[in-house]
Amino acid sequence: MTPGVTPGVTMMAVSRPVAPGLFVEDAGGPRLLAGQCPACSRPHFPAGRVCPYCAAEGCTETRVGPAGRLWLYTAIGTRPPGYAGEVPFGFGVVELPGGLRVITRLTEPRLELLRPGMPMRLVITPLHTDDAGTAVVSYAFAPEEA
Amino acid sequence: MRPVYLAGVGLHPFGRFADRSVTALGAHAVRAALTEAGVGRDGFQAAFCGTVYSGVAAGHKVLTALGLSGVPMVNVEAGCASGGAALALGVAQVASGRCERVLVFGMEKMPRGMIRSSFFEPWREEAGLAATPAYFALRAQRLMRESDVTLDDLAAVSVKNHRHGVDNPDAMYRKAVTGAEVLASPMVCAPLRLLMLCSPNEGAAAVVLSARPEGPAPVRVAAAALRSHRAGSVLGEHTPMSGLADDGVPTPTEMAAHDAYEEAGVGPADLHVVELQDTDAAREILSAEELGLCARGGGGRWVRDGGGAMGSRRPVNPSGGLLSKGEPLGASALGQIVELTWQLRGGAGARQVAGARLALAHTVGRGANACVVILTRG
Repeated sequence: MTPGVTPGVTMMAVSRPVAPGLFVEDAGGPRLLAGQCPACSRPHFPAGRVCPYCAAEGCTETRVGPAGRLWLYTAIGTRPPGYAGEVPFGFGVVELPGGLRVITRLTEPRLELLRPGMPMRLVITPLHTDDAGTAVVSYAFAPEEA
Repeated sequence: MRPVYLAGVGLHPFGRFADRSVTALGAHAVRAALTEAGVGRDGFQAAFCGTVYSGVAAGHKVLTALGLSGVPMVNVEAGCASGGAALALGVAQVASGRCERVLVFGMEKMPRGMIRSSFFEPWREEAGLAATPAYFALRAQRLMRESDVTLDDLAAVSVKNHRHGVDNPDAMYRKAVTGAEVLASPMVCAPLRLLMLCSPNEGAAAVVLSARPEGPAPVRVAAAALRSHRAGSVLGEHTPMSGLADDGVPTPTEMAAHDAYEEAGVGPADLHVVELQDTDAAREILSAEELGLCARGGGGRWVRDGGGAMGSRRPVNPSGGLLSKGEPLGASALGQIVELTWQLRGGAGARQVAGARLALAHTVGRGANACVVILTRG
């Protein structure tokens, strides 16, 4: 081990979220950071201060997930613009308890292994390693272990 | 409000033109429209240019190249509906009495491959969430799950539009395809295969609007409606990251169609010919449903009954649509207006829809923006 560097610090230094404010990991596992409107109480993601549905200000942050159900899905086999990670990967919409439907990566690109309504679980997965050697991670949904 | 007429139209074919700048494409279409209208340097009082990828002062460069600068010029970006938005602005200038004639044009040279859009935040690109065809695929999957639309129906839309495109010398693809060929073409994002998707490409279109019926055979703009989205649907064309149950949320196309039908005092049953957004095969079916050309949920039956084919009661995309022409964003909506002007004049050649007197043009895309234009003869 390098003197003066603890393993925990090293771990934090070698990975970073693709953007701040999208997700956290707490005792219950990974969570998405959604916004909740003080006026209409409807949720949105990513969290913003203004409600996209009714324009009320002062939305609060609320943690959602990790469980959800698969609604729509496809697979992306060609690298989309600005993406340096592996292909193929799954892409779709997962519906969370409370009705929030979220655009997401899916860990499973084999469509024959996916079905509408199947239970899914939020995970944090690596996208790619940047020029500084840092792993860039984002959220995704994986089929729930049977 | 005064009536507004199309006094002249011009088109640069849609395709790939490595040796021509976007300015040259735009100038070609503008010159053709002005010539047809018999309008010169002092003949119009404002100009609007629809374009997305052409950079700073793109429309100004066209009119500078033609020695036509001096009037107010506005470059308009509204995604796939940019040309429609430019047209709506021009129509308002003439209808209000502020201008006697307005030049409206649109042009584009799209980058090759999957369209990169500055619309997406960098993190969304980095996470692989900026794949436009994948969003189309989710809409297609939903359409198939919530109605009886099948893969064969999606293929049939491609077959129809490619068949129509054979008769359009200005289209990029002029080869008929079979359903089997469509279903055997490479998978892009399931359920959408390559031949079910349009290609981004290059082209330009222009029109001269006038307060008077002038030019070869007057066509009147009965309505030009533009709407954006209401929040709520995760699959909306504003391409959000989340949404909710969206059954009660009207789409931008439904809102623009409502406005246009009301302004023109007509309904979908009155139309003789339609050019609508067919970025992918499922989009044509969704567009037909949202415009009221068939019942909501009735798009599969509409396709199987031959709805929209040449020779049917109301042909859809006689030009071959974007599937045959390709999609140069800023030019595509005005390309529809040029096509429908030719149809209403009876000058569309081998793809003429007999007796067409009332026509509708529709574009929808990122923003979100939806534009619905209704044209009538005389």
